[in-house]
Amino acid sequence: MTARKLIGNIAFYALVLVIVVFAVFPFYYAIVTSFSTGTQLFQVNYWPTSFSWANYESVLGGRNFLRSVWNSVFIATLTVSFALFLAVTASYALARVRFRGRGLLLMMILAVSMFPQIAVLAGLFELVRFLGIFNTPYAMIMSYVIFTLPFTVWVLTTFMRDLPVEIEEAAIVDGATPWVIITKVFLPLLWPALVTTGLLAFIGAWNEFLFALTFTSSETTRTVPVAIGLLSGASQQEIPWGPIMAASVIVTVPLIILVLIFQRKIVAGLTAGGVKG
Amino acid sequence: MASELSLSRQRQRAAFWFLAPMLAALFCVAAWPLIRTIWFSLTDTTLSDLYGGEWIGFDNYLSLRVLESGRWVWRGTLVDPAWWNAVWNTVRFAFVSVFFETILGLIVALVLNAEFKGRGFVRAAILIPWAIPTIVSAKMWAWMLNDQFGIINDILLGLGLIDQKIAWTASTDTAMTAVLIVDIWKTTPFMALLILAGLQMVPRDIYEAARLDGVNPVKVFFKITLPLIRPALAVAIIFRMLDALRIFDLVYVLTPNSAATKTMSVISRENMIDFDKFAYGAAQSTLLFAIIAVFVSLYIWLGKVDLSGEGQR
Repeated sequence: MTARKLIGNIAFYALVLVIVVFAVFPFYYAIVTSFSTGTQLFQVNYWPTSFSWANYESVLGGRNFLRSVWNSVFIATLTVSFALFLAVTASYALARVRFRGRGLLLMMILAVSMFPQIAVLAGLFELVRFLGIFNTPYAMIMSYVIFTLPFTVWVLTTFMRDLPVEIEEAAIVDGATPWVIITKVFLPLLWPALVTTGLLAFIGAWNEFLFALTFTSSETTRTVPVAIGLLSGASQQEIPWGPIMAASVIVTVPLIILVLIFQRKIVAGLTAGGVKG
Repeated sequence: MASELSLSRQRQRAAFWFLAPMLAALFCVAAWPLIRTIWFSLTDTTLSDLYGGEWIGFDNYLSLRVLESGRWVWRGTLVDPAWWNAVWNTVRFAFVSVFFETILGLIVALVLNAEFKGRGFVRAAILIPWAIPTIVSAKMWAWMLNDQFGIINDILLGLGLIDQKIAWTASTDTAMTAVLIVDIWKTTPFMALLILAGLQMVPRDIYEAARLDGVNPVKVFFKITLPLIRPALAVAIIFRMLDALRIFDLVYVLTPNSAATKTMSVISRENMIDFDKFAYGAAQSTLLFAIIAVFVSLYIWLGKVDLSGEGQR
């Protein structure tokens, strides 16, 4: 019996090991590649054999990459602030006030976040051109509302539903208006949820590719994903893999650190969306 | 009684003003552009002259011209083999990727639901693929799957599984497999976390009782666990399915211009922006929207999935 248990344990930990290696290896290999140069790139190394900052210098030395990072930070920050600002009041109404058609409205908001973004591309393109914001960050800030806003509303609504009724009732008895209830009573309780939702929306905006690709036309207005996606050499043989991996590591490390710091909250936020009950 | 009524009316009025800005924003960036896209699809608008298009009805979708010789010529997206190829690619991609992500996600979730040393570490590790931007994953895997210098070919050669290097992303036979591998790698963690949330809501004493009664663990899984997490599983699958049906970035970067992987989103954007067939691309994106809308309605209707979470209240 113990032998069988031992074999079971070994099999279990072997499975755990496979999962971890499978999850982590590609990023590990990108790091190894980003520190290799010259001919080392063209032989397969499982372990780091050399250490050179040359790829990082070439990526950061090109002016446009830092420019792209700044574009992405600017766009994602503004998008998320705008979405959170609108979502707090809206989710209060959806979570705490009973009115006819609430379920239908929630379904519509969810439907928008599940939208195929290509379906609005033609119309948004026209709108961007009409407003004269083509090839500026504002084109992205406007279009990212389509997925950040429904997402933040949805997650904040599920968070707000779980706040105890008693607090709100006490405030109502004291004569507080809904606006006071939101800003003075709920907002202090909602900070953790706001941080989580904001972070997830930030990651979404940071990673977006389709709109950023379509609404920019010059290298200085590109966001990070577009800059990396379009980094290429003169031909198939000349793709600069070293610098691409260095750029990938630069934009991914901050995200991974953030995700690991907030991992419990992120898991809660991700699952709050769909799996309630 | 009267004051209670007015209180609830006051709250409802406040709710309206709280919702109005959000609804206005969503109208501007979602509803209006969607309406415009559908309208464009019924015209012959071009990219260079957005306002010069004329109404041509459903000609972008399907039109029939009878030539003088009496031959019938069908035109439009619905008889375009490139479009049907994209539809087939998308559907195949969506079903295969979601199938594997569900199975692997279930396995990972079951592992994470067990008590063992280092569980926190494993959970942190599987969050890494999720945190990496899609474009970056596409580039990382493009390098690993490189035909000459890629590590995947090296490993497979070393294990004796293949006898010559494979051009994963370039060859039409393997391009779809490459896209599937990257997508499954990137999205299984998300699936696992959603399923794990469902698993953690199953009361522990059920397992305890089953164990005391000596029920086979496999039977426990199929008879107890699976039925109890079915709602969570259903929601996770629909989220993933919708995401898979609209896939654009991974395909665009990993296998550019490959007919073997071109999806509906990729082909519509290509027509709209790159080939100056703006209205034709708009028609294709409208069709994708329609397909997804039908799919969602069917799924909710057949599965009786309660997405809004209102039922529990």
